[in-house]
Amino acid sequence: MNSGDTAWVLISAALVLFMTPGLALFYGGMVRAKNLLAMLMQNFFSMGLVSVLWAVVGFSLAFGPDRGRGFIGDLDLVGLRHLSHGIPGFATLTVPALAFVAYQMMFAVITPALITGATADRLRFGGYAVFLGLWLVLVYAPVAHWVFSPAGWLARRGALDFAGGTVVHINAGIAALAVVVVIGRRRGWPGEAMAPHSLPLTLLGTGILWFGWFGFNAGSALAANGIAAQALINTQLAAAAGMLGWLILERIESGHATTLGAASGAVAGLVAITPCAGYVGGLSPVIIGLVAGSVCVLAVRLKFRFRFDDALDVVGVHLVGGILGSLMVGLFAAKSVNPAGADGLFAGGGVHLLREQAIAVGATLGFSFIVSLVLAVLVDRTIGLRVSPEVEAEGLDTTLHAETAYAFGSTGRLG
Amino acid sequence: MKLVVAIVKPFKLDDVKAALKGRGIPGITVSEVQGFGRQRGHTEVYRGAEYNVDFVPKIRIEILAEDADVDAVIDAITDAARTGKIGDGKVWTLPVDDVVRIRTGERGPDAL
Repeated sequence: MNSGDTAWVLISAALVLFMTPGLALFYGGMVRAKNLLAMLMQNFFSMGLVSVLWAVVGFSLAFGPDRGRGFIGDLDLVGLRHLSHGIPGFATLTVPALAFVAYQMMFAVITPALITGATADRLRFGGYAVFLGLWLVLVYAPVAHWVFSPAGWLARRGALDFAGGTVVHINAGIAALAVVVVIGRRRGWPGEAMAPHSLPLTLLGTGILWFGWFGFNAGSALAANGIAAQALINTQLAAAAGMLGWLILERIESGHATTLGAASGAVAGLVAITPCAGYVGGLSPVIIGLVAGSVCVLAVRLKFRFRFDDALDVVGVHLVGGILGSLMVGLFAAKSVNPAGADGLFAGGGVHLLREQAIAVGATLGFSFIVSLVLAVLVDRTIGLRVSPEVEAEGLDTTLHAETAYAFGSTGRLG
Repeated sequence: MKLVVAIVKPFKLDDVKAALKGRGIPGITVSEVQGFGRQRGHTEVYRGAEYNVDFVPKIRIEILAEDADVDAVIDAITDAARTGKIGDGKVWTLPVDDVVRIRTGERGPDAL
């Protein structure tokens, strides 16, 4: 045990938890006012349901003793039992097992919450709740096991994912696409104007996400050491460069540098640096951020070409940014930065790491898309995932939650 | 009696209010409204997607005035609200049959 390491991981757990309300505001500002509470609720609800599921079964499936050739953990740690023996594969851990459990819990909370941006304005709450629980157990836990558990098959092959490029961003991004395929477009999209109702909320949410991301990435060192410092500076530089990349392209293309562009570019940079954070050094994070920001600004237009209503660009930012970041590990990773990592192409390691990264990306894409699609169809056919046209027109806040986000003026209000 | 209705640019409200007060007008009612005239709207861009915003925010001012004061009220509003650019707004008047002050029951010009 190391008290400095323990303090940092505990604080990081709190930082990562804070990202989910940040995400709620980031998304909430982008929806129309009539659907704001529904969006906030979907994100907050993940803090409720997923935290409990994680303690009951999720952690054990992800980090319990391996069963099935690195595909999934067993039920040995169900209910957080048997943790006094330590966590399999984490013998050198210098923090209490429960600190690790809590830290990983926050990752499990925010990952499925990311999906809600794509499905904004049209998801039934009950259907969402069931999908959320099923997805956590059947998609998140296995993929976390593959990559984050040393016994996982991708980890054993040598794929690197410092803080969740595959497990979090590709996983949620491709699942978002699967659910959108099942529930279809919003009525009126893309013809009807569905502009963000409050970009100040979105920018506040971006600030909270950025702040929490230091816990997400630097906390993934699981120690208060040089790797954590490297991950922290990389996180800052990639977010900054991501913002610059997005704004430069946007300004050239449309003549305006927008606040939503600044927020989106920063998030794209943060997403892309996530898998790289503890493995790259020097000015690599600046290049990674610039690439992510300038590619994602183009990627958010794919939905108009292919006509899928990814309402708040989870695919364009998280999926594309996650793929870019996971592949760029194979280019920029260097053992001189982190001896526990590997040498990528530019560090003289050849294409070996890049190939392993591509396999990890492909495996996550395929597994998550198929299982998410099946789960979404299942929930849609049984309890229903999509609201009625009347509810969609009226807005989700008053119909699903019997509340209104903004109570300006007194006309027609109680009291 | 007449009801004077004016649509003006929101940032001109303070100037109009000061001009009316300067001419001894006892009260005005204002509301935030949206609409379009010759000014039309504008285009907003969110993540590269363009949205046409047809309705421009304006302030609607309503003033009850005696017939003799109407021209002075109109002059005060037009002088104060004019920028010379498109979208300055309009002023119009309507005849008013009766006015009642709710507190006292006074009617007609006495209620103004």
